[in-house]
Amino acid sequence: MATSPLAEAAQTAPLDERSRALRRLVVRALVGGGRGHVGPALSLIEILRVLYDEVLRLRPEQPDWPERDRCILSKGHGCLALYALLADKGFFPQSELDTFCRSGALLGGHPEHKVPGVEASTGSLGHGLSIGVGMALAARMQGRDSRVFVVTGDGEIDEGSVWEAALSAAKHRLSNLTILVDYNKLQSAGLVSEILDLEPLLDKWQAFGFAAREVNGHDVASLGSVLAELPFEADRPSALICHTVKGKGLPVAEGVATWHHKSRLKDEELASIEAAIGSLETTLEGVG
Amino acid sequence: MRKTCLDMVHELAKRDERVVFVGSDLSPGLLDGMRQEMPDRWYMEGVSEANLIGLAAGLAMEGYIPYVNTIATFITRRCYEQVAVDLCLHELPVRLIGNGGGLVYAPLGPTHMAVEDIALMRALPRMTVVAPSDAEEMRRFMSVTPDWPGPLYIRLGKGGDPVIEELDRDFRIGRAIALDEPSDVALIATGVMTGRARDAAALLRRQGVSAGVCHLHTVKPLDEEAVLGLARRARLLVTVEEHSLIGGLGSAVTELLVDRLEGVLPAILRLGLPDSFTSDYGSQDSLLEQFGLQPPQIAERVAAAHARLAAAA
Repeated sequence: MATSPLAEAAQTAPLDERSRALRRLVVRALVGGGRGHVGPALSLIEILRVLYDEVLRLRPEQPDWPERDRCILSKGHGCLALYALLADKGFFPQSELDTFCRSGALLGGHPEHKVPGVEASTGSLGHGLSIGVGMALAARMQGRDSRVFVVTGDGEIDEGSVWEAALSAAKHRLSNLTILVDYNKLQSAGLVSEILDLEPLLDKWQAFGFAAREVNGHDVASLGSVLAELPFEADRPSALICHTVKGKGLPVAEGVATWHHKSRLKDEELASIEAAIGSLETTLEGVG
Repeated sequence: MRKTCLDMVHELAKRDERVVFVGSDLSPGLLDGMRQEMPDRWYMEGVSEANLIGLAAGLAMEGYIPYVNTIATFITRRCYEQVAVDLCLHELPVRLIGNGGGLVYAPLGPTHMAVEDIALMRALPRMTVVAPSDAEEMRRFMSVTPDWPGPLYIRLGKGGDPVIEELDRDFRIGRAIALDEPSDVALIATGVMTGRARDAAALLRRQGVSAGVCHLHTVKPLDEEAVLGLARRARLLVTVEEHSLIGGLGSAVTELLVDRLEGVLPAILRLGLPDSFTSDYGSQDSLLEQFGLQPPQIAERVAAAHARLAAAA
């Protein structure tokens, strides 16, 4: 399935303790809710980890701080990863993860803007980049140096609206806007290359007026160093193609289409997960 | 009406720095004055309705009040999900200005005929739907739009629609305007059909039928008390709209009466467009005539219904 050295590297990229700990939070919510989009969340963990640990300017105690950077999870079905990071950063207590998707819960199966730290309600695909264009324009008009980050899936950019937004972002030379594509090569129905091929993906973003680069989306150091170079060009929006693996970190789920969404975990699956990322009894407290 | 509406966007933008214009691919020179005066608040983003709405949502999330303008069919059908999710779910103060509501684009055929726009918009939670009757009412309406919470759909008529002097009073979104005293026959109309309903009522009165008109410029939220009041007094309630009979003004009124009116419902006659695509061209007026919605035809249909009621009594 790997098509490039970066895609191959993503498959073999090791995960450190923080990455495993964040995955435990994802599985904690998955177990709590009895369901969830597993694969699409696990490919995202390092992308969001680096954004929230190193890149985004945020105040968890003041989620609507006007000067903050905006991060929109346009692939809303990857919300378990976002919830793990937001809980880790203190936007809400980790215990909220335990009631994921249940009646009366804060956290549902797609992110909603009522949740502290969630910029926009998403779930229907292809909406985030346009909203991000509006936010980036607003930042420019208001003289704020806030940056806007939009994280999309790969299947998601089948949507024509993404490319409408790309034209608009390039027209306005929104160098304060970055799209990160979680390129895990697997959409719900099967391989992206078979369902609706996106290649040559880097060329497409460049042709649409973005300064585009690609990276191993599970390599924390590489993600950090490439994102430190934003904007990639002074007067263009940036695109970062992140080569990832769907289900990364759970051997039973990696690259397996049926793990796009799981409604119930079998005991043997749970055992295999714990073998990979550690006991779910372990909390993140003290892990940095 | 369209020119007044867009001129008002410029006026509002002068008064309120939150106001922004977002267009698709409209006439050359549109709002040029605003463009020159405040170029950072004038956007023409091309034939990309989904992006227009998302972009406007992003601006509104940051405190702006975007007025988005394109043809009514495109701003309702083409980007319906963006309107539902980006605007309504987030309850954002974005104003959608739909050119050519109803049969205005008659010569251009069914792709441009916005005959279910009200139904689509009023089905969305948190959406407000307003169809002013003429340019003067549009001016009064637009002046109160900046501070209205949540998304707003504005249905434009053709332009040059006769001004109804009786409507010249404070405009309040969601507040019906009665043109006459309560009558035996109450005609309820919206948009440019209010003028035609008024003319039909005059014809009916000449025939000895007690008929009055209530202008429901706001189809959602419906002025429930006004409609219920009419229903309690009238023997025959008539809705008149340049819209499909599915989901528009007549549906809204009927749903309210069925749900809320205690006691006996009045007789109801719903006048509007059939459940079909238009198959002819011509003009808005010629199509309205084909569908029996010009004043003499409205009067005739109402008189016939009224006579049937009298015969049955």
